Amino acid sequence: MSTTAIGQPNSVAIGFFILFILITLGITYWAARRTRTTEHFYAAGRTISPGQNGFALAGDYMSAASFLGIAGLVSTTGFDGLIYSTGWLVGWPVVLFLIAEPLRNLGKYTFADVVALRLKQTPVRIAAAVGTLATVILYLIAQMVGAGGLIKLMFGLSYETAIVIVGVAMIAYVLFGGMLATTWVQIVKAALLLGGALLLALLVLARFHFNPAALFGAAATKYGSAVLNPGKLVSNPLDTISLGMALMFGTAGLPHILMRFYTVPDARAARTSVFYATGLIGFFYLLTFVLGFGAMVFVGPGAIKAVDKGGNMAAPLLAEFLGGTPFLGFIAAVAFATILAVVAGLTLSGAAALSHDLWVNAMHRGEADSREELRVARAATVILGIIAVVLGITFKGQNVAYMVSLAFAIAASGNFPALLMSIFWRRFTTAGAVSSMLFGTLATLLLIYLSPTIQVDILHRTTAWFPLKNPALLTIPLSFLVGVVVSLLGARASADDRALDRRMHLGEARG
Amino acid sequence: MPPLTSLESDERLRALAARRWRIALTLTAVMIALYFGFIALIAYDKPLLATLVAPGLTLGILLGALVIVVSWLLTYGYIRWANTRYDPALRALDDAAPNAGASR
Repeated sequence: MSTTAIGQPNSVAIGFFILFILITLGITYWAARRTRTTEHFYAAGRTISPGQNGFALAGDYMSAASFLGIAGLVSTTGFDGLIYSTGWLVGWPVVLFLIAEPLRNLGKYTFADVVALRLKQTPVRIAAAVGTLATVILYLIAQMVGAGGLIKLMFGLSYETAIVIVGVAMIAYVLFGGMLATTWVQIVKAALLLGGALLLALLVLARFHFNPAALFGAAATKYGSAVLNPGKLVSNPLDTISLGMALMFGTAGLPHILMRFYTVPDARAARTSVFYATGLIGFFYLLTFVLGFGAMVFVGPGAIKAVDKGGNMAAPLLAEFLGGTPFLGFIAAVAFATILAVVAGLTLSGAAALSHDLWVNAMHRGEADSREELRVARAATVILGIIAVVLGITFKGQNVAYMVSLAFAIAASGNFPALLMSIFWRRFTTAGAVSSMLFGTLATLLLIYLSPTIQVDILHRTTAWFPLKNPALLTIPLSFLVGVVVSLLGARASADDRALDRRMHLGEARG
Repeated sequence: MPPLTSLESDERLRALAARRWRIALTLTAVMIALYFGFIALIAYDKPLLATLVAPGLTLGILLGALVIVVSWLLTYGYIRWANTRYDPALRALDDAAPNAGASR
């Protein structure tokens, strides 16, 4: 492949992109008229159906890192990239079995509602907000950096301009349309992303008589059978397991995902929506097998790396090969829509942590005027949006997929253990919850700083204090341990366990 | 169903909840075993995963795809049980609660 339109302004891409912006702003206008209370702003009035929420969960979860990143990894490393495809899905059954229903029955807007339920509000809310904001901001930076690079490559705009456009659009969705607009933006995006990926995969498979094994075989013939086997990317077994733990348990601690369970009417709808989401996301990750190997066969690892060292342009290059510049434009616009939708969901959950957890429950003991809370939530949205734009510009050039896996590590170590223990364990105390959340978040950040990725790759030292790239293997068990030990050392919290038990299973309206 | 005393109602709810947690924890354990089994094979037995099960299809790729499919089937099994058995039992219990209606 000698020439590519990537990097040139692409009129089809710009056309599709403007269309997406117009549609989503129309949705926002429609949603804004229905967003008057905090219940609308944070939870779309709890009117979202299970099918809609399934699409929205999938939309919130399938970030550009998974679409562009996995296709890129598979096309340049072969099998190793598939470890991410499976790892990013296996957290969903865990969310369904352990978290979704109690979360919906016990909480109101954020996962901190559930952790703080039986415990002292102020310290628990502050600790949960620290974990939420650390996760959300790292995730936001990763998406912003990805968006800037992507738009620069695809539309020829400057990195900074691209980030400002993303920032303004996401603030508009969340500020005016709240959860209702954010949900529908996710649904539109999920349908576009799944449709685009499916079309691309079908075009690839059409050249192999719709037999995926023939495609894999062609890749092996061209680049050696090693591309179908585990290789260099997973040379350290403990690193592989640690990454797997972060991916599996991180999903159950992602604030913007957990928040979606409050948008449906009841626990049954929450449960059913995870089933739809798992199906959609699983299907999408199966498609990445085909997209990655398709890009390897038709475009070639060398040509992919020549455009972008990280391999992130594999899927767009494949689209260009199969459908020319118009299809490239369509896939580019889909990738951009993907990023916009994910940052909107992240911003909303960060704003909820700032206003609902910190401002209302930690600072005003849960007694704030609902209209005032809405104003604070909207102010928080604007502040977070500006922070995301500034950090996105500051962190230009960082590795996107790695930063996302760090956000997962914090979610898995800071948020997930405390949430699970607050649901399962009545002996859990305020001190236990606070120390588990703070320990998980801070230890993860510290060990990331001491890891080879920061010490060797970025600071160019010869050795690193901590041997693993991802600390989840250590920090998840330790966060549980800290929570248990600190709880057992303190006095038992007094709470009406009977009422809470009934509510956990029967929901708030009953019990 | 005749109204239950609050003690009976609590007993039944506890039994039902214990059953749900047992099923949920078992499925979670299956999920963890499935995924970390796959990861352990990648980490410690690369030659096995390189075995060809069909031309162009290695055991590794097949197992990777199966992990995704089986995860989804497990969620289907759970929601089927929960929607057809667990929910009706909960509803029956709730309708027969001593203060049914009062707390709504």
